[in-house]
Amino acid sequence: MTQPVGPPSRVRVTGPPRRRPPAGRTSDIDAGTRLGGVYMRSLLREQLRLAVGVLLVMGSTIGLLPLVFYLAPGLSDVRLLGLPLGWLLLGVVVYPTLVLLGWGYVRRAERNERDFAEILSEADR
Amino acid sequence: MSPGLDAAPGIVAITLVTIATLAIGTWGLRFSRTTSDFFVASRTVHPRLNASAIGGEYLSAASFLGVAGLVLINGADMLWYPVGWTAGYLVLLVLVAAPLRRSGAYTLPDFAEARLGSRGVRAVCSVLVVAIGWLYLIPQFKGAGLTLRSAVGAPIWVGPVIVSMVVLANVTMGGMRSITFVQAFQYWLKLTALLVPAAVLLVVWAGDGATRTDGGGEWSLPLAPGGAEGLYVTYSLIVATFLGTMGLPHVVVRFYTNPDGRAARRTTLAVLVLLGLFYLLPPVYGALGRIYAPELATAGSSDALVLELPRIMVDGPLGEVLTGMVTAGAFAAFLSTSSGLSIAVAGVMSQDITGRARLRGRRLGGVAAFRLGAVAAVTVPCIIALLAPDLGVARAVGLAFAMAAATFCPLLLLGIWWRGLTSVGAIAGLVAGGIGSAVAIAWTVRVSAPSGWVDALMGQPAAWTVPLALVTMVAVSRLTRARVPADAGRFLVRLHTPETLELDRG
Repeated sequence: MTQPVGPPSRVRVTGPPRRRPPAGRTSDIDAGTRLGGVYMRSLLREQLRLAVGVLLVMGSTIGLLPLVFYLAPGLSDVRLLGLPLGWLLLGVVVYPTLVLLGWGYVRRAERNERDFAEILSEADR
Repeated sequence: MSPGLDAAPGIVAITLVTIATLAIGTWGLRFSRTTSDFFVASRTVHPRLNASAIGGEYLSAASFLGVAGLVLINGADMLWYPVGWTAGYLVLLVLVAAPLRRSGAYTLPDFAEARLGSRGVRAVCSVLVVAIGWLYLIPQFKGAGLTLRSAVGAPIWVGPVIVSMVVLANVTMGGMRSITFVQAFQYWLKLTALLVPAAVLLVVWAGDGATRTDGGGEWSLPLAPGGAEGLYVTYSLIVATFLGTMGLPHVVVRFYTNPDGRAARRTTLAVLVLLGLFYLLPPVYGALGRIYAPELATAGSSDALVLELPRIMVDGPLGEVLTGMVTAGAFAAFLSTSSGLSIAVAGVMSQDITGRARLRGRRLGGVAAFRLGAVAAVTVPCIIALLAPDLGVARAVGLAFAMAAATFCPLLLLGIWWRGLTSVGAIAGLVAGGIGSAVAIAWTVRVSAPSGWVDALMGQPAAWTVPLALVTMVAVSRLTRARVPADAGRFLVRLHTPETLELDRG
């Protein structure tokens, strides 16, 4: 019997992967490289911007109330839902507002951190 | 009031709260085995339990009794106290919560030393923690004396002594783990004890045809009286309470019991919900008091409004039961806040004072030093409370907030967000803010009838002490730029990166 003529059958050669999955960019931060510094600064800036934003919203709503009532003291005689306006705002409305602000902050802060983790774990490209 | 039949609900209530507190503390002991349990509940407290515990610890005599009394006397501008005490947690949430947990610091001195690598900063912080802790404890003990006098006609010293003994027993036996259960229980106890009577009283009020007071004018103006001065006082109170919360020693300790930074944030958010729920209630008592108990609207007796109102409005056994409930809640308020503060002060003392003491040539061990610290942390303010003049519970607590805002708030803000802070700058700022607040407090205690700008500036100092401390810290840090710690960058990595990332955190 003669061997069929033709190209020898292919042999799959396997071995340990030559290229380890890249360590990601955490090493840049660990080594304190310039790139690592850029990442850290951008995370800090994002989180601080978010925090300041939330505080600004609080300051320009709740924080302005004393000034508003100082400039227009007649407002304290206004009644809404049977309650004087000052009581309604400071006794009731403030609290859900604070909770909403806090809830929005937690969501965004966690998203910032997830984004940061994603950027760092991406392979070097 | 003479002790007698009137005293029965109060005595029953206080006895029940004391027994429940000790029982839960003892039950918690079963879970408290290691030193780590003792100090930080092994850092595994779920956000929901932890938030209840923080709420329980935070809602002090000032919240339970003081706010309603102040509202009764002064009207809507006093609502800024509860609003500020809640908003303080939002400020804490967005600027401090997660980084503080990630710093791995157990106390404020720990944070300062880790961040700035200086024993000097640590020492200054320790002194401030003890000062703020005691400043906060004194009105708690004073309120306890008042509650027992109002509820059972006991002499004024009985309250402080009972509260200190129960606190000492719980704190020294079980430490943080068992206290966590006690505090969480006490939040819900306080909420119920204020909610149920408030609901009944509102029904009574509606039955009376929902009589109204004039309601309008000065009393409903959410602004302190006195024109521009009043505006200053209101804004200064806002600064003190919004920024002071993050610097309170017992609040910081609680953050370390969270598993990680993310849990710390969620805990703080839950605390916001719990506080918002609770603070809906004290103004109800203030407003009803204006209709049914205007005779209590004097400086000496207004703190007793919450305790007296149920009996005034409702006759017979129901009134007695409701009185028992609010008494129980008030007593729980003293116990929980005093426990939390004592733990914080004792923790700092055991690290920096009693932990260095030598007994027969040997250093005291961790838990023994903590217990000794707890004894000092409770005894000293208890004695001062018996001797010091009465400022009103909420006012005195307000001064503790002002001091925290002028010292630890700048330290935390700059330490967490600014690489350039140096140890010299931190010390200079802490000393400037601390001395400014101390002078203002001494002035306020001395002056009995405040009037004019100087008294306003001294009575509500935060609006000038906080900027003073901040500017001092930044300016001195700039001048000593060479002393910025070499590992400041690494420390900021630790504070701000999520724990899921594998990073070198120093």
